[in-house]
This record gives sequence, C-alpha cells and structure tokens, in this order.
Amino acid sequence: MEKFTKHTGIGVPLRQSNVDTDQIIPAVYLKRITRTGFEDALFSAWRKDPSFILNQEPFNAGSVLVAGPDFGTGSSREHAVWALKDYGFKAVLSSRFADIFRGNSGKQGLLAAQVAQDDIELIWKELENAPGTQVTVDLESKTVVCGNIVAPFDIDDYTRWRLLEGLDDIGLTLQQEADITAYEATRPAFKPKTLPAKLS
Amino acid sequence: MAKTLAEKVWDAHVVRKGDGDGANAQPDLLYIDLHLVHEVTSPQAFEGLRLAGRKLRRPDLTIATEDHNTPTLDIDKPIADLTSRTQIQTLRNNCAEFGVRLHSLGDAEQGIVHVVGPQLGLTQPGMTVVCGDSHTSTHGAFGALAMGIGTSEVEHVMATQTLSLKPFKTMAINVEGTLRPGVTAKDIILAVIAKIGTGGGQGYVLEYRGSAIRALSMDARMTICNMSIEAGARAGMVAPDQTTYEFMKGRPHAPQGAEWDAAVEYWNTLRTDDDAAFDVEVDLDADTLEPFVTWGTNPGQGVSLSQAVPSPEDFGDENAKAAAERALQYMGLEAGTPMKDIRVDTVFLGSCTNSRMEDLRAAADIIRGRQKDPNIRMLVVPGSARVRLEAEAEGLDKVFKDFGAEWRFAGCSMCLGMNPDQLEVGERCASTSNRNFEGRQGKGGRTHLVSPVVAAATAVRGTLSSPSDLEPAPEPAAIRIDAA
Repeated sequence: MEKFTKHTGIGVPLRQSNVDTDQIIPAVYLKRITRTGFEDALFSAWRKDPSFILNQEPFNAGSVLVAGPDFGTGSSREHAVWALKDYGFKAVLSSRFADIFRGNSGKQGLLAAQVAQDDIELIWKELENAPGTQVTVDLESKTVVCGNIVAPFDIDDYTRWRLLEGLDDIGLTLQQEADITAYEATRPAFKPKTLPAKLS
Repeated sequence: MAKTLAEKVWDAHVVRKGDGDGANAQPDLLYIDLHLVHEVTSPQAFEGLRLAGRKLRRPDLTIATEDHNTPTLDIDKPIADLTSRTQIQTLRNNCAEFGVRLHSLGDAEQGIVHVVGPQLGLTQPGMTVVCGDSHTSTHGAFGALAMGIGTSEVEHVMATQTLSLKPFKTMAINVEGTLRPGVTAKDIILAVIAKIGTGGGQGYVLEYRGSAIRALSMDARMTICNMSIEAGARAGMVAPDQTTYEFMKGRPHAPQGAEWDAAVEYWNTLRTDDDAAFDVEVDLDADTLEPFVTWGTNPGQGVSLSQAVPSPEDFGDENAKAAAERALQYMGLEAGTPMKDIRVDTVFLGSCTNSRMEDLRAAADIIRGRQKDPNIRMLVVPGSARVRLEAEAEGLDKVFKDFGAEWRFAGCSMCLGMNPDQLEVGERCASTSNRNFEGRQGKGGRTHLVSPVVAAATAVRGTLSSPSDLEPAPEPAAIRIDAA
C-alpha cells in the first residue's frame, strides 16, 4: 500500500446523507473479477443526470469528496472503495461513516476522515461559492484545510499509523503466526469443521 | 467482571490482545471460527493470495456457495450472462485450487450463504463467523459474533484465519411483550431501524433481548439479526437457549454425543451477566407494534402500515428533510397518501432476510384458497435448494402456484439487481428483502420492505395490505362439496 501523509485536491460537495454503497457502485458492476478499472461504475446511476456534481467542471476533476452523514451504508462491497479510488478520489469527508466502508477504506489507502457536520456545512458552502477550491487533508496533523476553514478530523490511531507507513495488513498479522498456532491448539473439539463435508 | 454476551464471545477469540490506545497501538487479533464465501466478494481475495504466494490457512473452516449471480430459472442451463458465468466459474476454479468446499448451483446444499450455514449446523453459538457480505449478521441469531467484511478482510481471513478488530460498544435492544397476530420479526426489526436510524447502531454490537425475542423461532431471530446492518451495526446477537439447541440438534455439522453435551454446557454460559452494563439500551414495546413498511429509499424510512406517507416537513433535521424529499420523488409518492392505498406491481418473497421455511409457511397460510390480484407478479424464491425441497415436501409449491405465483430455484434473486430477477424502471415492489435503496432491485425500481405475511396479503389485494385487511378465505373445496 502507498503511504498517505497529505493530499491536496479539488473538493467535491456531495450534499446528501445516507449515500449507500449501492449508489456508489450498483451491483451489476460487481460481476467483474478484477480489483481495478471501476472508474466508470462510480455513482453510475447518478452520473446519468447531467446536473450531478461529478458531471460539472471543475468537480469532475475532484479528489476529495465531502459528503453528508452516514456515508457508505449498506452492502459490504469493497468495490465501492475501489471505484472511488479508480475515479481519482484520495479522501472522503463525512460526519459519520458506516463501519464496513470505513474498514475497507483503511485497507485500500482511501482516507475516510470523520469531520463534524458543522464543519462539513462550512466546507460545502466554500466549495459551492468557489468551485475548484482545493482541500488539503493532512493525516499527520489530522486536519482539513479548505480556504480559510481549518477543521480537525478523526480517524482511529491504528488505521492512521498503517496509512502513514503504507503497511500491508496481512504481512503484519503473519508476524503473529506463532500466536495463531498456539490459539488453534486450544480450540474445543466440538467446534465445527467444514471438512470432511457432512450432508443431511 | 460482569460481561455482555458479545464481550464473552469476543474475549474467547482473542489470539493476541491489542496494546491499548497509543499512536500505533494494534487492535485485538481475533480468531475466526467460520468463513463463508460466495462468488462476488472472493475473486480478488483469492487472486491476492496467489500473487503473494500465500496459502489459504484453514480450508476446513471455510465453505463456499453460489448465490448472488445465480439465475432462479433454468438452472440446468449455462448462465446466460457471460460476466456472471465467468464469476461463478472463477469461484469454482478457486475453490478447487485452494481446497475449499463448494456447493454449486444444482447441489442440494446450494443457496443463499446465510441460509446454508445454519441449515448445515455450521453456525453455532459462541462462534465468530465472517463473510464478504454485510448480512452475515444473520448468524448472530445463534449467539455467534457474526459480521460482514470487505474483500481485503476476506483475503486476510483466508491467509491468517484472524481479523484485527477494534472492540465494539454494546447496545441492548429490549423487546418486551407479545406480538399481535399478523405482526412478525420483520416488523420488530423495521421498527428498531426506524427508531434508532440507519446510523444508530454504528460502532455497536446489538443484543436483542426480552420476552418477545425469547418467544421467537430461530428463523425469526435470523430475520432480526440479518437486518442489524440496516441499523448501522455490523453485528446483532440473540443469546442461545432451548429454541437454539432444538434447531441445531441433529443437523449435519452439529456436535454429537459427549461433544454435544460439552457444547451445550459451554453454550449455556453464553448470556449477558445480570450485572453487566450495556453502553446503550433501547426499548421497544411488542404489544403495540403493528405491521411495518418502508416508504422511502433507506430502511430507516418506515412507518406502520396503517399510517400515511410522511411529509418532509415532519422532519426537523435539514439532512433528514432533504433525504425525505428526494426519497418521495424517487418513490413517486405524495405525502399524506395512506400506505394501504399504494398499489404495487411486484411482490418478492425471498432473500436472506425472509426465505426460510417459516417465512414460506406464513405466506402460504395467508394465500391458501385465495387468488392473486391479476395485475401483480409474485416471485417466491426459497433461500436454499434444501428449503425448496422441504417446502415441496409440504406442498407449499402447489399453494404458491395455485395462487398464481412463480415458484423459483434458490438464490439472492430480486434482492439486489445482480441476476436476471430485476424490477423495470418505475416498477413498484413489496419485498421481503432488506434494502430499499434507489435501484437496489433493478435500475429505477421502487421498493417497499415488508414482512412475508404483508407481502402475501399485498399480493391478494394489489395494494400494500396486512393479513387483517383480507376478507375471510373461502371454505376449502372439500367441505363445500359435503355441504352441497
């Protein structure tokens, strides 16, 4: 994973709450077996509407999405994160993220920064008044800067550390393999195994 | 120290305790007892293993089935959609390569992954269960800690049989009282979501408690835990009890003999201690609950079926007001319209929320001896091939077919717009599934989430209806002949 320390790019105001992952990427795009190439799928239903924010310049070149509360609800599809990244987004700001979406973002190096709704409102106004305004998201200092607005954001310490270091989660866990093997030796015998298969 | 059920299951799976709250403090590393796999969220994870030269650590704790892409008609023919067919074939290749047990289309154990696990007895109390699917919360009905994960985590579990997780907070959902006839588990969970909101459970494990929950069957408890994610919670749980054990006993992978006794002894410890404290408690009165239905485009936008479509002005919060306006426009609804006046085109009985035997029986009991509204199309999709067989053994297929419904093969079907079963643009559906998001059941489709009995009554009347709205069913034919 690439290290993430600081990113500056055009902010995109998405004035909507409860943006579920079916909106971020409809299920029909989930049939692919690749991990990249989902840029066309991002918000594909909404992008058919010419007035949608990503159909307007300069927002179509945005890389920091500023969304309403409860972003990424619903389906666990990591494709939602892949589609945002493939389109060019490096960070999403929201006052509340769905748990699974936030976890998926952390694994893929997309920064999910939790910003107070009052600050989101200020940033929305700034981006709408001056389209093309750059937003800087600084993971070191956990702050967002947009015009004259400086707002703190929350992210859990472990995800922040992994993003700053660009660490591979599986590699980290495999360093604990002795602990895993020791735990396995203590599992009760009555716990089920899928193999050999037993059928009714 | 007194613990909640969720904390007990968590603590029993800690491989390595995290190191607190420091700047690079690692969270707890938890062991995963069962990993369920399906075709949609696994191909990139298998590919990741291959690229890194890693093995799948515990094929014997992993099981796969085909459900999301699969058609529910003509299942003996090759899948017509090429990308769907490729994804299914990829799962088959991956399972063969990594030694994973797979139940393919046509197999008696194939079906929706969350129906298959419990049915085989693989889902048991006190386990940790994960799957690349948010409705993994279903398995919490057994007192398991079960949660949906993304594809990176799927790969992580494949490689390590563990997950790094930050502890959850705990929320008790206390449901006391007795459900009235025609009110079901689905109405309980829809009411819970409307009460706490789609983000209300975010960061929590929910534990459903109280007399109304204890009175529910396992099928009904699965319905409730299934939709925990719609309240923002990654997991929901019900403490195991005699109902749980009776469901499990004799299932293929349930423990037997002395192991059963040892298991029950352990399972009996899996309850929240009397003096344990939840971070939050929410109360719901079962006595006054009515059939519940959604009017909007997120599962929190619901009302009692006897109520009317709300007005955006009813919402104080600006975001909720804007969301309501947008939802009404998408749904093609006017504020103030009685919910029961809303005419639907399609009724869908199925999905991991409501496709088990109890759901099919309840719907069949409503429609038996009645005729479907001629303008309605009704799909009945059993959750698994095994459920389909069992339903046919009881003659339920005949009840549905006589009524005019389509009796399909098992799969996710019209829940998610990924296989041939989809709504047309503007079509309106009363659906027993779990999500009413824009386009969820097909581009431009409009979804009202309902219980199986409301779905059945709606199919009779053509408008959103509860069983109590129906005229008495005609007497069975045999009795009429005797009387004549």
